[in-house]
Amino acid sequence: MPNHEVLIAILLLSPLVGFFINGLRFRSQNYVIAGTVATGAVAISFAASVMLFLQLLEASPENRRLSVTFFEWMSVGQFKVNAGFLVDQISGIMILIITGVGSLIHLFSIGYMHHDKGVTKYFSYLNLFIFNMLILVLGDSLLTMFVGWEGVGLCSYLLIGFWFSDSAKAAAGMKAFITNRIGDAAFILGMFILFFTFGTLNIQELNVLVPNVMEVGWLGAVTLGTLMLFIGATGKSAQIPLYVWLPDAMAGPTPVSALIHAATMVTAGVYMIVRLNPLFIIAPNTMMVISIIGAATAVLAATIGLTQYDIKKVLAYSTVSQLGYMFLAVGVGAFGAGMFHLMTHAFFKALMFLGSGSVIHGMHEEQDIRKMGGLKKYMPITHFTFLLGWLAIIGVPPLAGFFSKDEILWFAFSSPSGHWTLWLAGAIGAALTAFYMTRLMALTFWGPSRVDKKVHPHESGLSMTIPLMVLALLSVIGGWVGIPHVIGDSLGHIPNLWEHWLEPVIRKLPVTAGAVTAPDASTELLLMGISVVIAIGSASLAYWIYIIRPGSSEKIKNSIRPIYEFVNKKYLVDEAYSAAIINPIVQTSKSLWYYVDVNFIDKLTFKAAEVATGGGSFIRALQNGNMQQYAMYIGVGVVVVLSFVLMR
Amino acid sequence: MILSGLIFLPIVFALIITIWPQRNTIRHLALGFSVLEFILSLSMLQNFDQNSSALQMVEKTMWIERFGISYFLGIDGISLMLIMLTTFLVPVTILASWNSIEDKRKGFFAALFVLQAAMIGSFLAMDAILFYVFWELSLVPMYFMIGIWGGTRKIYATIKFFIYTMSGSMLMLLAIIFMMRLTPEVTGGVISANLLDFYKLQIPFIAGDFFTAQTLLFFAFAIAFAIKVPLFPLHTWLPDAHVEAPTPGSVILAGVMLKMGTYCFLRWVIPLFPEAADHFAWLFIAVGVIGIIYGALVAMVQPDIKKLVAYSSVSHMGYIIVGLFVMNAYGVNGALYQMLNHGISTGALFILIGMIYERTHSREISKYGGLAAAMPIFTIGFVVVTLSSIAVPMTNGFVGEFLILLGSFQYSPWVAAVSVTGVVFGAAYMLWMVKRVFFGPAGEIVNHSSHNKSHALLDLNFRELVVLAPLVFLIFWMGLLPNHFMDYSKASVDHLIKNKMNYSLTWKGEGN
Repeated sequence: MPNHEVLIAILLLSPLVGFFINGLRFRSQNYVIAGTVATGAVAISFAASVMLFLQLLEASPENRRLSVTFFEWMSVGQFKVNAGFLVDQISGIMILIITGVGSLIHLFSIGYMHHDKGVTKYFSYLNLFIFNMLILVLGDSLLTMFVGWEGVGLCSYLLIGFWFSDSAKAAAGMKAFITNRIGDAAFILGMFILFFTFGTLNIQELNVLVPNVMEVGWLGAVTLGTLMLFIGATGKSAQIPLYVWLPDAMAGPTPVSALIHAATMVTAGVYMIVRLNPLFIIAPNTMMVISIIGAATAVLAATIGLTQYDIKKVLAYSTVSQLGYMFLAVGVGAFGAGMFHLMTHAFFKALMFLGSGSVIHGMHEEQDIRKMGGLKKYMPITHFTFLLGWLAIIGVPPLAGFFSKDEILWFAFSSPSGHWTLWLAGAIGAALTAFYMTRLMALTFWGPSRVDKKVHPHESGLSMTIPLMVLALLSVIGGWVGIPHVIGDSLGHIPNLWEHWLEPVIRKLPVTAGAVTAPDASTELLLMGISVVIAIGSASLAYWIYIIRPGSSEKIKNSIRPIYEFVNKKYLVDEAYSAAIINPIVQTSKSLWYYVDVNFIDKLTFKAAEVATGGGSFIRALQNGNMQQYAMYIGVGVVVVLSFVLMR
Repeated sequence: MILSGLIFLPIVFALIITIWPQRNTIRHLALGFSVLEFILSLSMLQNFDQNSSALQMVEKTMWIERFGISYFLGIDGISLMLIMLTTFLVPVTILASWNSIEDKRKGFFAALFVLQAAMIGSFLAMDAILFYVFWELSLVPMYFMIGIWGGTRKIYATIKFFIYTMSGSMLMLLAIIFMMRLTPEVTGGVISANLLDFYKLQIPFIAGDFFTAQTLLFFAFAIAFAIKVPLFPLHTWLPDAHVEAPTPGSVILAGVMLKMGTYCFLRWVIPLFPEAADHFAWLFIAVGVIGIIYGALVAMVQPDIKKLVAYSSVSHMGYIIVGLFVMNAYGVNGALYQMLNHGISTGALFILIGMIYERTHSREISKYGGLAAAMPIFTIGFVVVTLSSIAVPMTNGFVGEFLILLGSFQYSPWVAAVSVTGVVFGAAYMLWMVKRVFFGPAGEIVNHSSHNKSHALLDLNFRELVVLAPLVFLIFWMGLLPNHFMDYSKASVDHLIKNKMNYSLTWKGEGN
């Protein structure tokens, strides 16, 4: 096996090469070549990731760290940042997800995009995204991470606005970039705070330098720094208050939504926090903010998801909500659980997005679930795989989502910084999730068909169904690497592999004095039971409303019309942002230009010039436009002043 | 002699062009000359010792002995890369405007070379009067460029340009003379215009008393340079000058001439008046920060692409001023780097705008829309340059902006916190413009051209690609390997920051 430096280079450069190959021949409409090049590039990266992961496995747990520095990037004074990359337990998992799920989505795209005129351009962007995403997760310093962080934002911008002839789609891309930039600005400030506190931005060094004390106040450097980084995360990972770009981002091609806006990029904020867990853990106030924002986002987005009719919008709000769970997890110090959910979510949400892509494809670009129904018989594979994704996300044991979500809920309750209200929010979110997902299933695949007569739904081809099947398998078994001890012990000795794997790089919350003693196994099993009951109960309710009593949803809707409308319009958050922030800025800018520039400074200048030269004659004389004269004035000026010196 | 060569070769070029008999080959000749000049500057770069903060390649001859005025040229890390920027941009802009200058071609290229000589002279002059001569000389060709080859409101623009820059120059000249009269203290009774003698002066400074020599001199110089930068609220000449100027004029104006202002803060203001610069640093930082935000906001609502880019320059130059006045290694290195970045990215933007203007004769944003479908390669070029302008990592803009912000954070976290909003606004005005011009359904112009064969919008031709290639290449080179460029200036910047209270420059081969 090649050494790790070569492997990391291959891992990073392969998608970059793919980007250039397709980028240089972007006019080509040959989807076979474009797709093969791009998918092949990511598959090579996947192979490199697997080999790197095997090398990690071979090493002893404390030495699982493969790093490489390619060159010195910036170096001014004390500030030194290298183009250095690090594969360890955390980034090792990420590269497998990115390149693994990434390869499947590339493959899916061949079928999905084959009739698009911009297919080659599409694949080049997709490869560029993978490259940047790998930089993000492998960067060994915050600044290198930031390079990927902005890079993926750029690719997201390009891909959301991929069909740029549609003004709304181009606007969605722009909105995503600018909203993310707000987070990025905070991220930059966070880096500054940490740099001037610890003298480095290197992640390893930061994690080592972090003192073993808690920072109590709000104004400590670590608290402020981590808060700023978290604001950055709310942009990239679509949390309150910066989540508004993600639903609009559905304007991009559906595989993009699966790859960027579900499986990889949007989880970057969670990943960043896990990466810096020793730092975040000493700032309990930051952690508290993270858990509250996470829980609030999980519930808020889920409620909006209840009312959407665009298949992709439902999934988008679901993603925002699930990301909220991940932040809830890391906020209560359950970094491992956050990463675990990140992975399982990548499987089942990518699956569902691709499934929705298959539906949209089979329905000839129809996205409104009111015009679907009964698709089960036309699209058996899509239906069956989507069904597994549905079971996984609502948390039916033993599918992947059950283990990861349950672990989050358990830690929200039992962690030293957890709270029963956080658990309750999570449980409510779980109920809502089960409801809207069942609704989505029912309206799309089950019940009577509402499909337009002219549309003939069909199952998608193999390049699209194979990724669905693989992801469906992963959505079923993906959670088995993290079976909680209560279950594992009772079934024999099934270890929690996930926990063991991450143990060396995750710091545990110090148990503060006076904290309740760790809740026992029976509580854990009880809560687990409650959440399963909630999920199944809520799903059954949705099934009853949408399948057994088809008219009842309208009745319920009518009885709560004003509330429904408010939620359906996304709580008018976009409108509020426009009215309170964007419009005032634009108006102010216009006023500044008109009143300050044109009518104040300019007028004052000309007035001053007139006064200084005694009436307007000077200006008028100049206005004859005789250029030679201007030159002469300068000459005269120089001579006059020089003679003044001469006569001294 | 290499420095004199850099200054006087363009003058010779200008003379040859004025007497050149064939109109058709003038631009070939000009291009050849400018490339020659660039090669000469490369050989200078090769001879430059980047580990030294001393003046190098010095040339010194007495010029007007009675007043201590000498012909004194030298180069150090602060001016080196700016010279390279100048010699690089001129051939690029000549090739870019291959077909855009139809009238009085001879005069135009002659003016361009005189301008180049004057700009290089201002960067190299180490004698105050010599500097002043070059500084003023640079204004003349620019007046002509705007006044003769400019747009419809060229007279208005030139007058504004004239009023602003001349008032600045007057102040500066008075200050120079005043300082010359102080020099006998340090030269043993002889008057001198030598900048190195100026550095030796200890000009009295009393904090809180505005009417002391150092404070007044500081402001006389600082205002002259601030107008050139231009610093808010002295910026209003710039948008008009840019809009009216022909493409090469805009490129050189934004690319190099604005940097004469910021460069002079480093060469003149800060080392000459260190106490006053320290004392009033807050003022310039405040004005710089206002400029960052003000420029960005006003750029956002411009209806004309060129004006938008002009206001974006106000914003970017605000960053540079902030970087200079925080006076730490990050800020000053970042500012110096950002001068180059801005030269390249804004120069490239003006070139791109020129390319599209040649095709459509319109710069009105609202008339565009859907250009990406009609001109994909042009769009790629424009978006790449936009990325540099909004400082996306891996492009040059990021390195400069990040270092400036880092330096400003060291000065005061609040300055950084306010300046960093420019990162958001910058993305907003550029991407909004890109969206309106390139994306969406086909607008008036694109529609017109698709219905009308004779007005078909052609994508970039080979010449235009050749123009853009080096700019794009530099954007990434400077973004990925900034040390290749910064290493030339680090020693000089370090020397300045460490010794600014008692700044002095030696030169290689000086008697001692």
